[in-house]
Amino acid sequence: MAYLTLEDGTVYEGESFGAEHDAIGEVVFNTGMTGYQEVLTDPSYSGQLVTMTYPLIGNYGVNMQDPESDAPKVSALIVRELCELPNNWRSEETLGKYMKDNNILGLCGIDTRSLTRRIRNLGTMRGIITMERPTEAQLAQMKDFAVIRPVDKVTCREPYEMGEGETKIAVLDFGLKRNILRSLAAHGAKLTVYPAHTDPHKILEGGFDGVMLTNGPGDPKDNQEIIQNLKVIIDESELPIFGICLGHQLMALAMGADTAKLKYGHRGSNHPVKDVEKDRVFITSQNHGYTILPESLPECATITHINMNDQTIEGLRYEGKKMFSVQFHPEASPGPEDTAYLFDEFLAMMKESR
Amino acid sequence: MPLNKEIKKVLVVGSGPIIIGQAAEFDYAGTQACRALREEGIEVVLVNSNPATIMTDKEMADKLYIEPLTPEVVKNIIRKERPDSMLATLGGQTGLNLAMELHDQGFLEEMNVRLLGTDIDSIKKAEDREAFKETMESIGEPVIESVIVNTVEEALQFGEDTGYPLIVRPAYTLGGTGGGIAHDPEELKEIAHSGLQASRVHQCLIEKSVAGYKEIEFEVLRDGKGNCITVCSMENIDPVGIHTGDSIVTAPAQTLRDKEYQMLRSAAIRIINALGIEGGCNVQYALDTESMQYYLIEVNPRVSRSSALASKATGYPIAKIAAKISIGYGLDEIVNGVTGKTYACFEPTIDYVVMKFPRWPFDKFTAADKALGTRMKATGEVMAIGWNFEAALVKAVRSLELNLDSLESPFVKKYTREQLLARIGEQDDERLFLIAQALRTGVSMEEIHAITKIDYFFLNKIKSIVEMEEFLKTQSPETLDRKTLLRAKRMGFGDQAMARFLGISEKEMRALRVEKQVLPSYKMVDTCSAEFEAISPYYYSTYGEENEAKPATNKTVVVLGSGPIRIGQGIEFDYCSVHSVWELKKAGYDTVIINNNPETVSTDFDTSDRLYFEPLTPEDVLNVLEQEKPLGVVVQFGGQTAIKLAKHVVDAGYKILGTQLEDIDAAEDREVFDEVLEKLGVSRPKGLTVFTEDEAVEAAETLGYPVLVRPSYVLGGQGMEIAYTEKNIREYMRIIGRQKQEHPILIDKYMMGKEIEVDAIADGDDILIPGIMEHIERAGVHSGDSISVYPTVSLPQSRIDELIDVTTRLAKEMHVVGLMNFQYVISGDKLYVIEVNPRASRTVPYISKVTGVPVIQLAMDVILGKKLRDLSFGTGMVPPRKLFAVKVPVFSFEKLPQVEVSLGPEMKSTGEVLGISRDYNEAVLKGLIGAGVIVPYEGGKVIMTIADNDKQEAIPIGAVLDYLGFDIYATEGTARLLNFNFVAANKVGGFHDPHPNMQDLIESDQINLIINTPTKGRSPMSDGFHLRRMAVERRIPCLTSLDTARALAHCLKLQKTDKDLEPLNIQELGDL
Repeated sequence: MAYLTLEDGTVYEGESFGAEHDAIGEVVFNTGMTGYQEVLTDPSYSGQLVTMTYPLIGNYGVNMQDPESDAPKVSALIVRELCELPNNWRSEETLGKYMKDNNILGLCGIDTRSLTRRIRNLGTMRGIITMERPTEAQLAQMKDFAVIRPVDKVTCREPYEMGEGETKIAVLDFGLKRNILRSLAAHGAKLTVYPAHTDPHKILEGGFDGVMLTNGPGDPKDNQEIIQNLKVIIDESELPIFGICLGHQLMALAMGADTAKLKYGHRGSNHPVKDVEKDRVFITSQNHGYTILPESLPECATITHINMNDQTIEGLRYEGKKMFSVQFHPEASPGPEDTAYLFDEFLAMMKESR
Repeated sequence: MPLNKEIKKVLVVGSGPIIIGQAAEFDYAGTQACRALREEGIEVVLVNSNPATIMTDKEMADKLYIEPLTPEVVKNIIRKERPDSMLATLGGQTGLNLAMELHDQGFLEEMNVRLLGTDIDSIKKAEDREAFKETMESIGEPVIESVIVNTVEEALQFGEDTGYPLIVRPAYTLGGTGGGIAHDPEELKEIAHSGLQASRVHQCLIEKSVAGYKEIEFEVLRDGKGNCITVCSMENIDPVGIHTGDSIVTAPAQTLRDKEYQMLRSAAIRIINALGIEGGCNVQYALDTESMQYYLIEVNPRVSRSSALASKATGYPIAKIAAKISIGYGLDEIVNGVTGKTYACFEPTIDYVVMKFPRWPFDKFTAADKALGTRMKATGEVMAIGWNFEAALVKAVRSLELNLDSLESPFVKKYTREQLLARIGEQDDERLFLIAQALRTGVSMEEIHAITKIDYFFLNKIKSIVEMEEFLKTQSPETLDRKTLLRAKRMGFGDQAMARFLGISEKEMRALRVEKQVLPSYKMVDTCSAEFEAISPYYYSTYGEENEAKPATNKTVVVLGSGPIRIGQGIEFDYCSVHSVWELKKAGYDTVIINNNPETVSTDFDTSDRLYFEPLTPEDVLNVLEQEKPLGVVVQFGGQTAIKLAKHVVDAGYKILGTQLEDIDAAEDREVFDEVLEKLGVSRPKGLTVFTEDEAVEAAETLGYPVLVRPSYVLGGQGMEIAYTEKNIREYMRIIGRQKQEHPILIDKYMMGKEIEVDAIADGDDILIPGIMEHIERAGVHSGDSISVYPTVSLPQSRIDELIDVTTRLAKEMHVVGLMNFQYVISGDKLYVIEVNPRASRTVPYISKVTGVPVIQLAMDVILGKKLRDLSFGTGMVPPRKLFAVKVPVFSFEKLPQVEVSLGPEMKSTGEVLGISRDYNEAVLKGLIGAGVIVPYEGGKVIMTIADNDKQEAIPIGAVLDYLGFDIYATEGTARLLNFNFVAANKVGGFHDPHPNMQDLIESDQINLIINTPTKGRSPMSDGFHLRRMAVERRIPCLTSLDTARALAHCLKLQKTDKDLEPLNIQELGDL
């Protein structure tokens, strides 16, 4: 037996799998039907108890090719039914074993649809998963829970390089998904990945053709130092900059815009986004809990992408700057590859300005 | 892009009769399309030959033509109506082929008709094997090594070059007609020949077999701007090698990693872009199980059976959206009707598992070749939704109405291990149950996988179901704990199966379950996995979870649907169910439908107020009733499926609206019904009820041969046979005994004579008879397989008066409230009642359309308490209209090798068409053309082999054919008799006679018509059987009743072809 207790007092009873410790976090849901391994290892989920709405999870096991980072980053995974007998040519072990080996808690056998509806109706909530009914102290601890500077926990410790090519890109790692690197490297780019708090001058002086701001976890406004650093890069250079997800939010904050928390965020592989300039809708992979407020945008900002479901900002471009950013994940993994063209555009922008 | 304002009048092409490979899904698609167009103020002209459909209702189109779907007929309609556009991508392969033909002839251009949706070049790129291969190669999408052939020799050459096994796929056919897998040159020769025959362009694709690969499908939509979405992925549990229509299919794909899923999704989008599809498209892949290698199997540039499944699996109305796209809208401009908030430009995500299970006709065609391959054999399908894989699979099995309630089938228990493995290898309709039995008896999964290549993920799931079944057998009501009980219910087991495993009654099981508080709850299908609130969702059941169904209102009426399309219970009953719901809605009731057929209009999310996608078993129905607490339940529109549930509904304390249970039973209960007849002084063929084989023989001897043998409470004359000898009786009784029989077997004296059919609405006091129909074939041919004529053509007024009188008195005596169907036979100048069905019948849509009487609406009003005399059509017999409407049955024999073609008391047809004309013979001709009979307008050669009993009657038919210039070839006896009667006939030898004989004549493609009346009794290996099968394989019209032959001969006397037929707009019929 294991229990998920929400901030509002709701309790879901299920079974634990993987690790056997308790876990506290923000309870969110992801509506993707495939890609649990990518979700588990996406650093943006750091500090969260992630519920998969698709009921059968673990069907194709776990392999060593698909993770988006070195290890699972979620605080816990909540599923309806855990598949213990997976089958796939790449599968090396079961999801349960993988989570146990990586000391990540799983909860299965609960009514994930009921949980999803609750979050949808009441908004994202904190929750705690315990092996026994939670104590008052545990509940109090849960209610006080906040993710503090999660980027610091998931960014790389030392700079490293990847890929070969003429184009040189500095990547600021706020908790990156590997496929961002793979997507850029596939274009024949040489990447240098820097920790999130790297001195901006190091980047300005590094002889780069452009800067990639990656995805990452948490409230963007928690990252004031990074925002200041970005301002330096933006003000003191003409470097093309491309931001994804948290990178998109931090870029906007650096340009003077404001962000706010969404009721229950966007997490899944089916979010329609309109590319305003192309007048085309693309299905995107999403994972974010915050959004940029349109009324806070500086005059130089143009909205390039809009979410078709709730009309929130999904992409921005800044006049007079070679900067653009998207809220969704063109690197997919998991999710549709429809917007991979953005990497082409970034590469083209760098080529042009070189 | 908004609506294209230049589109003002659109010709919508339907898909014609229900045949294997093209079923009710196109009624669903066509109906959605017509509504989508009319919503925009566009004038709709509809043509479809199938009268049983909702799309051919006069409310669906501004101009409605129930006419044969041939290019010439459609051309005449276009000339008359002058539409500016034509929508053909929602009418199945039939619609698509018609559009291509008219385009190729230059006719569309000549008449300034634009083709909406995907344009002709795109269709050709997808449909033409060579063009498709080229296009795919140009965008780097892998197609299977293959060659296009026009001759058998070319096929054999390819076989020699690349090796076997090879797959043969004829171009431009549906359901894989004529295709197959060839393992050696001998097989290739045979399959290639029939494939070339079946192809419209005499062309086949021969390709390397990738049997054993995973078969994955994607449903994709694209608008004119290039926005693309994939609606749903599907995975066939049966790997490549079995036609997807014959595969058990699950949605979404279960065994793909995100990388594999996205690879195929991206490919689907590249493909739909490269083809330039505007609308819906289905992409089928073969995916290697050991690498990322995949091949494209097929692309259907139109709405298909899979799109219907994908629509119902996700809640996303593909056909409606495809229709909107075709008139100019972008996906980002169409609102998602389920959520009311989001747009059609998104991808559904689901939080449950869907299972589609095919419904095969092998319960009727016991002699058929049941092996599954590339040629589709299923007539219909069921869909089940569960919160896990096991539940979806078990619920699907329970929805089939095959007396199976789990994976334990009594029919496979007898096999030894070796027999099981052999049968699994035969790859037939029982494979799932054979696998379950093999696992049960300890066969390893590896052995099963080696034979079937079914993914271990699925085998493990099957095993977990079997393990639960076996575990339950070790339990008793005392030992069974709540947790296990809950787990079993969540795996989809019904109380019936669990009771059997536990050795208790179903009632006790239910009580135990209720006591342990293991109760059903309902979850929503909402397109978005609960991310957004849904406004018009539908439901499926699970156990012990949060219940999302809305609390009961006090004005709900539940309509029981009719389940999967099968022979004897087709789309007609969906027509009836849907109309009853619409009428209920109009009267202000909250409507609920329970059904499990994903192909139908009744399972559209916006047909009823609430839809429950559930098996139609007593338990599942009662659960819904408990949830909905309805005012009443309507059982008379859902065919035999719904009627069979009536007793359970009443026993549980719910009210049946319309004819009551005891009156329904009275019609089926031999003795009670005999009493009624006696009281009214009405005759029926003498008969007896029996339970055993010996009783049956005794009964037959008492009555005197020939006799009709049939189970009671069946549809479509299932299991019905004419027995001429004791041997026949014993054989038939054994076949009937294969199915569990709760009710007695009926043995009736068989009466030869004219068959009459009457549908009537009764309100307890008065009766309304919209029309009387007369069959062309004499009694003995099932009414569903007979050509039926409205109004009667051979009855004197006195007989009609008698029919009205008897029908009226019967309806009143039997307390009918609502619909009733009567079948009569006139034998020796006397009227007999053969059958009374206290429910809507197969002919209701037909009679509604040709008489203009809204039969279901009136019946529903009466059921709700109104009186006929207060309704607008009055009482008594509606005067016949001055037209003839001829219903002609359509068969799917070419899809079912080894099935006997000749007609008898057991129904064999899968669908029907209507021919309407002011002239009787022209109406028959239209019907025959519509039914796909290749009418020999120009004469030609006819083979006549006539049974001795029928020979005298054949003479005048031969004389007409002779007069029309046919060369008659006949077997010795027939030829001699014809010649003796001055009808020129050539003698031709039978199959066993020296060459050249009949076989050579047929094989040299010289024969245009075959008239063959079979000798009595079942002898599947006779010459006649071969002759009829040969006719079917070569698409030569083969008539097995002289009545049909006579009708055809008289049509030919008209000397008209389809060019000369005047299309009639149904809406104008009133003015005739």
